[in-house]
Amino acid sequence: MKKNKRHLNLLYSLLTFVVILLFSFPFLWMLLASFKTQAQIMSTKQFFIFTPTGKNYTSVFQQYEFLRFIVNSFIVAVGSTVGSLILGLPAAYAIARYRLQGLGLVILVARIVPGITFLIPWFIIFSGLGLIDTYAALILSHMLVGLPFIIWVMISFFEGLPHEIEEAGLIDGCTRTQVFLRIIMPISGPGVITSSLLSFIFSWNNFMFSIILAGDKTKTLPIAVFNFLSYSEINWGALMAAACIITLPVLIIALLAQRYIVSGLAAGAVKG
Amino acid sequence: MATNWFDRNLKWIYTLPAVLFVLLMMVFPIVYTVRISFFEWSMSATTPPKWVGLANYIALLKDARFWHAVNATFYFTVLALVLETVLGVAIAMLLYREFRGKNIVKTLFLLPMVATPVAMGLVWLLIYEPSIGVANMMLKSLGFKPLLWLASQSQVIPSLVIVDVWEWTPMIALIVMAGLSTLPSDPYEAADVDGATLWQKFTHITLPLLRPTIIVAVMLRLIDVLKTFDIIYSTTQGGPNLASETLNLYGYVLGFQYFKLGMASALLVLFFILVMGLTLALIFVRKRLEASM
Repeated sequence: MKKNKRHLNLLYSLLTFVVILLFSFPFLWMLLASFKTQAQIMSTKQFFIFTPTGKNYTSVFQQYEFLRFIVNSFIVAVGSTVGSLILGLPAAYAIARYRLQGLGLVILVARIVPGITFLIPWFIIFSGLGLIDTYAALILSHMLVGLPFIIWVMISFFEGLPHEIEEAGLIDGCTRTQVFLRIIMPISGPGVITSSLLSFIFSWNNFMFSIILAGDKTKTLPIAVFNFLSYSEINWGALMAAACIITLPVLIIALLAQRYIVSGLAAGAVKG
Repeated sequence: MATNWFDRNLKWIYTLPAVLFVLLMMVFPIVYTVRISFFEWSMSATTPPKWVGLANYIALLKDARFWHAVNATFYFTVLALVLETVLGVAIAMLLYREFRGKNIVKTLFLLPMVATPVAMGLVWLLIYEPSIGVANMMLKSLGFKPLLWLASQSQVIPSLVIVDVWEWTPMIALIVMAGLSTLPSDPYEAADVDGATLWQKFTHITLPLLRPTIIVAVMLRLIDVLKTFDIIYSTTQGGPNLASETLNLYGYVLGFQYFKLGMASALLVLFFILVMGLTLALIFVRKRLEASM
């Protein structure tokens, strides 16, 4: 019996290892290929052992102005996250406090509707307003993804806060807005971090809205990386270096804030 | 007094900006899309939109490419959902125990979900590359014949499903693990007394108790799998020969490559109804199940 159990544990460990290997493999492959020359990528012999080259990374930054796209992506991701927080935090607080489930549902619909349904009207309206290829159009469109997420994560966060804190504030003579700004906001750090990180990641990764609404001036990273494909023959090494550069910030966020990200995804999931 | 008025109307003052934003950015465009779907328009300044009634919908229903996209969408969605659910539950069971490095494992598991889909699409493009990709390298080393993967009309959707499974199975696993941690322990103790095997405990206790959790996970995936765009667009753009063109992609092509705005809008209206309908159906099933438990 005991021996059996040890065998079972060994089997589980082995399986866990295989699962993790399979799920991490594309990252490993991307990282290795980003340090290889085109010839090394083509050769089956130099899979793990090869002389690494940094040429792909220098060419990405020198030939394709990658720094500009990184800056664009940051402006849009930070802008849409801050915008979503400004609109979303008070709304989530009011929905949680006054149990406005109906409003919460309306906002949930934004998660269900296919994003492409908005694209044609947005394109027409933003063109009419001269907003195509501006940060404003990108930030507004990305906010439609970030805002519902921030609201949903924060509703469950605010619902979890004890009423007594607010009542104490009101007795001390605070107005409700003061209670919200001075008492609720300072203790909401973890919730705000969770929802902001997810909103940032969604915006950073957004592709569909940006291909249509971004232009030469505001091109974000995903579009720039994708455009790599059309530069005549595929330069796989540079493409993988670009893929590494674009993925790195979100991977770092996920590694550092792993606890927050899981709870945020779970909150979004449970409410679904 | 002014603060009192503010306090009394707080719930509206706090929610109004967000609601207005959502109405302007979401509800208005949906109404606009429905309207455009009754017009023929190619966004040219010289020819204004022309009212055509249901002609766009009729044209769409007679369009073989539309039906092909419907097929591709369902094929992709069903295959991905089934695989992700089965694997997700299996992996959750595997990881739901104490072992060294559990946190690292869970963190690594998070990465496919947050990594930029377009970048990952390009990585898989290289993995699937028939002559230099690692997928064929592995097949050959195991003694199998190499495949064409994304370059073959019959293999392209299963290949894309593998990418989706890689990216999103972890989410189902994480949700199921969260569900596992809430299960009561007494049914298991009773089963132990009765001498149940591991498999019996899994099928007779764990699975039935997990059903609500699994349905939530499947629903979330269903909503997103139907809408898959980034991975398909960045790898095949619907090819080869339209084999991987889903509704989402065909709508995009109609709207932004052919500029047939009326027909694209008609397609998007149908697509919207499909996604909403399936989601509501699943919510209904979940309610029924909860009521019966």
